[in-house]
Amino acid sequence: MINHIDLSTVLRRTVCDLYSDLVTRPTGAAVRDGIEKQLSELGDRSLTVIDFSHVGLLDYSCADEIVAKLLMRYAEASAPRDAYFLFRGVSDSHLDAIETVLERHGLAIVAQAEDGTVVLVGTVDDPERRAWEAMSRLGRAMAVDLAREAGIAPEQVERVIGALCRRRLAMELDGGYVVVGAVT
Amino acid sequence: MTTVINLPPSLDERTFETVLEQLAPIPIDEKVLLDGRHTRWASPYGLTALLTLAQTRAEKPALVSPESEETGSYWARTGFFKHAEDLFEMHGTVHRARASGESDVLLEITSVAKSEDVHEVVGRIQQKSASILVKELNIDAKATMGFAMTLSEACQNIVEHAGRGGWVAVQTYRWQKRLGRRVVVIAVCDAGVGFRQSLESAQGRRMSDRWDDGMALEEAVIRGVSRFRDPGRGQGLAGVRRYIGRWDGKLSVRSGTARIAIVPSWDEDVPLEEKLPPFPGAQMQITIPERITDR
Repeated sequence: MINHIDLSTVLRRTVCDLYSDLVTRPTGAAVRDGIEKQLSELGDRSLTVIDFSHVGLLDYSCADEIVAKLLMRYAEASAPRDAYFLFRGVSDSHLDAIETVLERHGLAIVAQAEDGTVVLVGTVDDPERRAWEAMSRLGRAMAVDLAREAGIAPEQVERVIGALCRRRLAMELDGGYVVVGAVT
Repeated sequence: MTTVINLPPSLDERTFETVLEQLAPIPIDEKVLLDGRHTRWASPYGLTALLTLAQTRAEKPALVSPESEETGSYWARTGFFKHAEDLFEMHGTVHRARASGESDVLLEITSVAKSEDVHEVVGRIQQKSASILVKELNIDAKATMGFAMTLSEACQNIVEHAGRGGWVAVQTYRWQKRLGRRVVVIAVCDAGVGFRQSLESAQGRRMSDRWDDGMALEEAVIRGVSRFRDPGRGQGLAGVRRYIGRWDGKLSVRSGTARIAIVPSWDEDVPLEEKLPPFPGAQMQITIPERITDR
């Protein structure tokens, strides 16, 4: 199930209907709480588009509270549900804050550009990046095909794909694997 | 007994130290009178630090405002007197701000105590700063968002760590003597617990033998250490450092008896000063110079 969350709407509803900037930790924590409430109303498995299009400023503290903490919570083994996230409407200034916090925690996200293409942002190692890019080119793919396309040893590819799925960058679909954002 | 403290003709980050030197031996509950009659100029740091000084005194201090009409009018334009009237026993002419078109005051002196204040500050600075930063300082339009982020993080330092409200002000001016260029300056001052005490409050934190204000500043400003265990903390000042690095700016932070600075090539400041006169809280100044472009 694909869900869409407009962050500026969540900000206005949860913090103040006059605000358009995502600044300060308390604001970020309140917005993340609002996102999690929406997620709790979805099924066990979901893909959520987190939309920054109408957000003015995003500072480091808010990026940490919203993006990093959300990802960390759903990448844990004890995550409340199998949730994936696609980040949309991310401007260069948003990216500055987001990249900084992702780097700090060793995290990564999938962001969608205006033309619909998806890109990896944050910290990924070389085999993960090659596997993700191969998956992006192939569409839904099996592990053996990904190993060949990405030039990764067959005995290693399952581990790399497992890491991508655990990190919420790729997902299993109908027995194969797709990058988050391949189907929106 | 009232002790008179003379304010320097030019009140800025450096000369404010002379005020603190005079203040240091005076008991906190003893009355002081700050004599600003001959002060001709004050930076945002000078004015916000003056308000902070008043907050540190048990006995309400007195302030004699500048004799110069031009200086008094400028102080009024910065919003200084609005706050000073609550904190000081005022003497001399308290000027009122006159309506003027263009102003170099990007953000009037604003009190910051809670998260909502940061939203207010960020909203106001974005409206006013974008065109000035681009037209007058040749800073890329995209970088104006970074400027607002920097301001936001600097203000949050008060909300998250100071334990009491502080002050912020932003202004542009021509820094003729030292730089020969325009600069935009952010000053954020509070009279809270300061960096050392804030870090000491971290649970389970072990202090080294050389633990002092200077080391606390190094930990927080250079290494991004925070009193919170959350690994995501400490990114605010790191972000400020990155921004000033990108735009050849300067960051200086004073807390307790020490002052640390990230010094660009155009300045001759020292990276760390210790054994300064004690002063509560934290006082921060961020300076971004006009960008020289090839025309």
